[in-house]
Amino acid sequence: MNIYGQIASNKRKTIFLIFGFLVFAIVFGYIISLFFDFGLLGLGIFLVIFGIITYVSYYNSDKMVLSLSHAKPVKKEDYPQLYNIVENLSIGLGQAMPKIYVIEDGGMNAFATGRDPLHSAVAATTGLLQALDKQELEGVMAHELSHVRNYDIRLLSLVTVLAGSIAIISDFFLRSLLWGGSDRKSNGILIVIALVAAILAPIAAGLIQLSVSRNREYLADASGALLTRYPEGLASALEKISKHPKLKHATHANAHMFIESPFGEKAKDFFSNLYSTHPSATERIKRLRAM
Amino acid sequence: MEILIGIVVIALIVVAFIWLTYNQLVTLRERIAEALSSIDVQLKRRMDLIPNLVNTVKGYAKHEKQLLENVTNARAQLMKAKSPEQKAQANNMLTDTLKSLFAVAEAYPDLKASANFSKLQDELTDTEDKISYSRQFYNSNVLSFNTKIKMFPSNLIAGQFNFKEQEFFEAEPSSKDPVKVSF
Repeated sequence: MNIYGQIASNKRKTIFLIFGFLVFAIVFGYIISLFFDFGLLGLGIFLVIFGIITYVSYYNSDKMVLSLSHAKPVKKEDYPQLYNIVENLSIGLGQAMPKIYVIEDGGMNAFATGRDPLHSAVAATTGLLQALDKQELEGVMAHELSHVRNYDIRLLSLVTVLAGSIAIISDFFLRSLLWGGSDRKSNGILIVIALVAAILAPIAAGLIQLSVSRNREYLADASGALLTRYPEGLASALEKISKHPKLKHATHANAHMFIESPFGEKAKDFFSNLYSTHPSATERIKRLRAM
Repeated sequence: MEILIGIVVIALIVVAFIWLTYNQLVTLRERIAEALSSIDVQLKRRMDLIPNLVNTVKGYAKHEKQLLENVTNARAQLMKAKSPEQKAQANNMLTDTLKSLFAVAEAYPDLKASANFSKLQDELTDTEDKISYSRQFYNSNVLSFNTKIKMFPSNLIAGQFNFKEQEFFEAEPSSKDPVKVSF
């Protein structure tokens, strides 16, 4: 598949996944409201609460992610090469320049966040800046700016907070079940369904979140290569990064935003592959070199 | 009566199609103009750096008169250029002359050691990168516009309202040849 085909196919998958997420939230809300005998009003209330939590966290997600990763904003004088590269690539995409952040960390990693090109930021670790040459760094930044351009950052922020909201509500539901569930006269099957749904919901939401992010990595690799016209730059950068991607301040909340998993690569059995936030570096390098 | 309604509906659809397509074409053409002006910004930056460079080199390499003249001439050509094609051509010429200039500079250790020269060289390299990225953005806009005006059914509207195919800003063909350096 060529670059254009890959972009198109990844976009189709993304729409499908977002739609699945919405259906999932509605079904989950409906089961909860059935359980509490609230009917459609219950579903309405659920969706409103869900909406408010999602809305508030969506508009603050970039600040949360940047401070979670201990990223500091930098000026042109501090990192002229990084600054020039980001500036040039933004010219190539014809979009506003994102804010640039640097993370003091020997591990090699980078990420982009925000909600659209005008409200976006890219961050790189000092370890990454030291280890990569200009073309490699250009490849990595092109990958990150593609996340911005393709609105992946919006999608990722949205998916992160959607998954978070579902987790909060299901947590709330499980607690209310513990405290006041016994004096309810709902029938047994419904209780079981509701319980299963409440336990499965965060897991399923997490899985959807992961599969979105993995497809997005391939897409960003492809469109980054299209921007620099030099897939080898990113490929050789990924070879270096995959050896030391581990960060001091990595949390599961923002792991999927990095160019390579900040926990390092784990064993490649089916389950860990299902749960890993990133496709294997080997696979990504292979695809880049085939372009 | 039903036939009348049918005709009205079809007429409305046609009008809506013309309206939308026309606006799309205008948007795409404006994007090209904007992309071209961002190339111009970078070209101007490049032209502004050159007199400074010429003066610096003059101080160290007095014998390279011909080479410096070539650079100055190429710059003058670029300043005169109007259409994207002329600009692309003049810019390529300038790139070639600069390449020879930097190649010759290797022979003058004092020049190479000068902080001013290396700063100018860095800035020119960065400007060249910026020109090539803004050219890429411009060309991708031209590509989508030219595709749109050739594809059915938008080609009907484009023909009717006289939307013309736009020029690409060509990457230099001469860059494949080795740089000629004459001492």
